[in-house]
Amino acid sequence: MKNLMLGNAAAARGLYEAGCAVVSSYPGTPSTEITEELAKYDEVYCEWAPNEKVAMEVAFGASLAGKRSFCGMKHVGLNVAADPLFTISYTGVNAGMVIAVADDPGMHSSQNEQDSRHYAKAAKLPMLEPSDSRDALTFAKQAYALSEAFDCPVFLKMCTRVAHSQSLVETSDRITPPEKPYEKNIAKYVMMPGNAIRRHPIVEERTRKLVAFAEETDLNRIEAGADHSIGIITSSTSYQYVKEVCGDKYPVLKLGMVWPLPEKKIRDFAASVEKLIVVEELDPFIEEHCRNLGLNPVGKELFPLLGELSQTIVAEKLGMPHEAGAKLDETIPARPPVMCAGCPHRGLFYTLNRNKCTVLGDIGCYTLGAVAPLAAIEMTACMGASVSAIHGFNKARGAESEHKTVAVIGDSTFMHSGMTGLANIAYNQSNSTVIILDNSITGMTGHQQNPTTGYNIKGDPAGKIDLESLCRAMGFNRVRVVDPYDLKQCDEAVKEELKADEPSVIISRRPCALLKYVKHKAPLRVNADKCIGCKSCMRIGCPAISMKNGKARVDETLCVGCGICGQLCPKDAFESTEKEG
Amino acid sequence: METKNIMIVGVGGQGSLLASKLLGRLLMEQGYDVKVSEVHGMSQRGGSVVTYVRYGDRVASPVIDRGEADFIVSFELLEAARWISFLKPGGQIVTSTQQIDPMPVITGAMAYPENLVEKMKAAGVKVDALDCLALAKQAGSSKAVNIVLMGRLSHYFDLPEDAWMQAMEAIVPAKFLELNKKAFALGKNA
Repeated sequence: MKNLMLGNAAAARGLYEAGCAVVSSYPGTPSTEITEELAKYDEVYCEWAPNEKVAMEVAFGASLAGKRSFCGMKHVGLNVAADPLFTISYTGVNAGMVIAVADDPGMHSSQNEQDSRHYAKAAKLPMLEPSDSRDALTFAKQAYALSEAFDCPVFLKMCTRVAHSQSLVETSDRITPPEKPYEKNIAKYVMMPGNAIRRHPIVEERTRKLVAFAEETDLNRIEAGADHSIGIITSSTSYQYVKEVCGDKYPVLKLGMVWPLPEKKIRDFAASVEKLIVVEELDPFIEEHCRNLGLNPVGKELFPLLGELSQTIVAEKLGMPHEAGAKLDETIPARPPVMCAGCPHRGLFYTLNRNKCTVLGDIGCYTLGAVAPLAAIEMTACMGASVSAIHGFNKARGAESEHKTVAVIGDSTFMHSGMTGLANIAYNQSNSTVIILDNSITGMTGHQQNPTTGYNIKGDPAGKIDLESLCRAMGFNRVRVVDPYDLKQCDEAVKEELKADEPSVIISRRPCALLKYVKHKAPLRVNADKCIGCKSCMRIGCPAISMKNGKARVDETLCVGCGICGQLCPKDAFESTEKEG
Repeated sequence: METKNIMIVGVGGQGSLLASKLLGRLLMEQGYDVKVSEVHGMSQRGGSVVTYVRYGDRVASPVIDRGEADFIVSFELLEAARWISFLKPGGQIVTSTQQIDPMPVITGAMAYPENLVEKMKAAGVKVDALDCLALAKQAGSSKAVNIVLMGRLSHYFDLPEDAWMQAMEAIVPAKFLELNKKAFALGKNA
């Protein structure tokens, strides 16, 4: 059946059709929908794990037990899962295991633009790279076959434009993969030195066999072109830009498997053209492979190392014509992302800003707490870094810092990587103040459940970790909960916990304002007779409030009546639009 | 057929994904090769968002670049102006006249540009501007702006109304179908 399908949904469909039975992932843009789509199939066990390392180990366990398994993550998630990755490469698998990793060139929703292809090379594992939804579906199925044929996990590498673009696919029925009984095999699965030393040569031999496969497979195909003055090697979405610009003019070597790379196929292709050009996003990965083969391709000397490519960039660099667009002589104000109206994080960040706290931040919607006018966060690096780094910061600077520095971390991020940092504070005793921004959901990736919400990926009741009990069990005596809609309560808590001579945890608790079950109050309006235009309410950066003709004005279509603005107004000018009585 | 390009632009949360879903379905049913590229994640939080819809005999790139769009369908006036360099010469803008202040305007650092429709027309661009929010409310829900815009866009396509209705039936939940059909008609006949 023909379908218009998102790249991630197509990957999920391919995994499903190949008989994938166990799925464990941690959400991360642009990878999230693969697992969300898999969760719609009743035959597949699906879960959100607390982090990517756990997810990968769950998938490994399921593979060991004889079921085709999957874990999905964004590029930076693979850093977290790198520990199991490098050793599972040695043990190999039982049933097939596929790992999706989604890169984000251009950083639409990420903190860096690392190139995950290096992981395939470093961990000595095959990596397939689809260039549209049709590829995503078929490559996902091939990945399982490869995984079982070569006894190793196989990467399915996505990028934003493949993951979040819809194109046409043909679906088919789910198969039942061959039975893979579990058998005890200590030499293969217990990676202590004496065993691992015997597995390493097997890994190297596997790579040699995979190179031979790379020479023959249709995954790496040459598309003929009439003009041999140029030959282009490309993969992923870059292939689409090349085809958009050049059509069938030049010969193209499309690499569907980007590790290990073929040698003879590339040499033969290079020999058939006058000038070899490599078109790839981010690092010169394919280009360097060509150089190692003694070839001299044109790559990053022509194409940018940074950000995404596009048909315009490819056209410009290849000297093809490209039309300019319409022009408007007008300065257009930027529209950066903002915390939503009614966002529970706003009140807390306002409090931190007013108390002139040094705020070490983390990964989530609340990273927007670094944006003016709240401008509270001073550091954001990776999942969990706030809790670990505040300990180092305070150890380095001592009491002066301890009484003004806080770490802020979301509930999901805390479960992902914050707990170990908190254990370090409890163990190595810094007087640090950690604020858990508990909005009862994984917000930025689009509302996924996590171990603190009490629901699983299908929305059914599940185990629920109690944050207060957890922090107390770790040895924190000072654990308190505040409502971030109550500025006075927030202010008192922050002042008292910073002043205290022992570490503390503040849990700022209120569900994300976008959650469907959250009941909002009626929007507010400004009583223009009372408003003196002092702009106190403008200090919270609420998208629903603006100044018109010297008076504050509330956009009633955006306002959810959270009332934080009203707590700042010296004249009590904010009134409910709710009809009385 | 040469590939045709439609951009749908607006402010995160305005409902552009449903509009692109409708177009994708419609064009697939007409037998075209179709690609639709969306934005997920952080930029959805009230930021400027864009969706690309491309169709033709064979579509390669999933994105639309400067100077390539046949249509820009905009949920918000400033966003229509922001993306104008993506319009090809002779291209058409279909925009709602709704204005949503971005943060630099809210904080007073910048002003919302005035008379944008006139300025775009003066720059030689074809602009079809209408108050889609009012029409959506008239249809029964302020959330139906996306379908009002699709109704307006249908003017420029040589396709029977049945094709649009079938695509809508395929993607809109049954209980909202009547409302959306009304919104479509209001946009089309405005």
